[in-house]
Amino acid sequence: MNWKRAGIAAACVVPVILVFGYGLTKDPKEIPSPLPGHEASPFALEVFAPGQPPLNRAPGDTVRLADLKGQVVVLNFWASWCLSCRDEHQILSETARSYAGKPVHFLGVLYDDEADNGTKWIAQMGGQSYPSVMDPGALTAINYGLYGVPETYFLDTNGRIAYKATGPVNERLIRHFVDSLMAAGAK
Amino acid sequence: MTRVPGVLVFVVSTALAAAQPAPRQGSVAPAPQSAFADSVLDARTAAVASQLRCPVCQGLSIQDSPSELSQQMRAVVKDQLRAGKTPDEVKAYFISKYGEWILLEPKPHGFNILVYAMPVALVVAGLAVIVVAVRKWTRPPSPTP
Repeated sequence: MNWKRAGIAAACVVPVILVFGYGLTKDPKEIPSPLPGHEASPFALEVFAPGQPPLNRAPGDTVRLADLKGQVVVLNFWASWCLSCRDEHQILSETARSYAGKPVHFLGVLYDDEADNGTKWIAQMGGQSYPSVMDPGALTAINYGLYGVPETYFLDTNGRIAYKATGPVNERLIRHFVDSLMAAGAK
Repeated sequence: MTRVPGVLVFVVSTALAAAQPAPRQGSVAPAPQSAFADSVLDARTAAVASQLRCPVCQGLSIQDSPSELSQQMRAVVKDQLRAGKTPDEVKAYFISKYGEWILLEPKPHGFNILVYAMPVALVVAGLAVIVVAVRKWTRPPSPTP
């Protein structure tokens, strides 16, 4: 065996295998967000879907992030044309209702859609416990580094982004983040 | 009803027209200037937008993508440039929201260096192989005993 040739071949092939191997350890669909740990962008958005008592807000009201300091905020971006949003709608709505009276604020943000479509969709889905707001020009969506819908952001009581969930959320994930952020805020 | 003579109408309307103030220069001149400013802003927007990746596409810039999100991102680029931000500041804004992934051309540091170094390394390795092979082929045959 020619050890010199074998060594050269190995020196050429091994780094390539290592690079591709490193690539295989990463999920190509997962795009890391730089936002968790950073202060959430402020917003002032108008309510178009009021939600249901006791979480409701009057249509036309402006929801400001600054007014929600001291509360955990669950910000869910959705659209009526988004099929995956159907999967999480009931879970979000029911989980939000179960936190009524606690320092948690659930808010839907309609992305790239008309208020009428959003209102009809909510009615078709059997209602929504918490209010939804419009995002003209998708400025808030871009400020939150949105890739698509649904995406859900969990903000701590100091207005910092703690976690970003891409795709439909489940009840366990919502409760995990809301409970831990509420506990951290109570300290 | 008394009819007004045509000559009188002509004289009065001519006098009124002459009495109208001439259009001020300021109201006419800015049109081409603002069109020029718009086209410069559009060109600057296109230059920045072509360096930013469309989040919902495969390998397209927000300049080339017809997606709604890309159009909205282009509008943000334009607004920020209009507000006086530099192209680097606009790119820094998008990096702060989406990470360096948003740049179509990654910055040459860390693991990204491989993207720039690999092609050069491959070319150098290829040249080395060619040199070795050519030397081998052109080496005079060793004298046979």
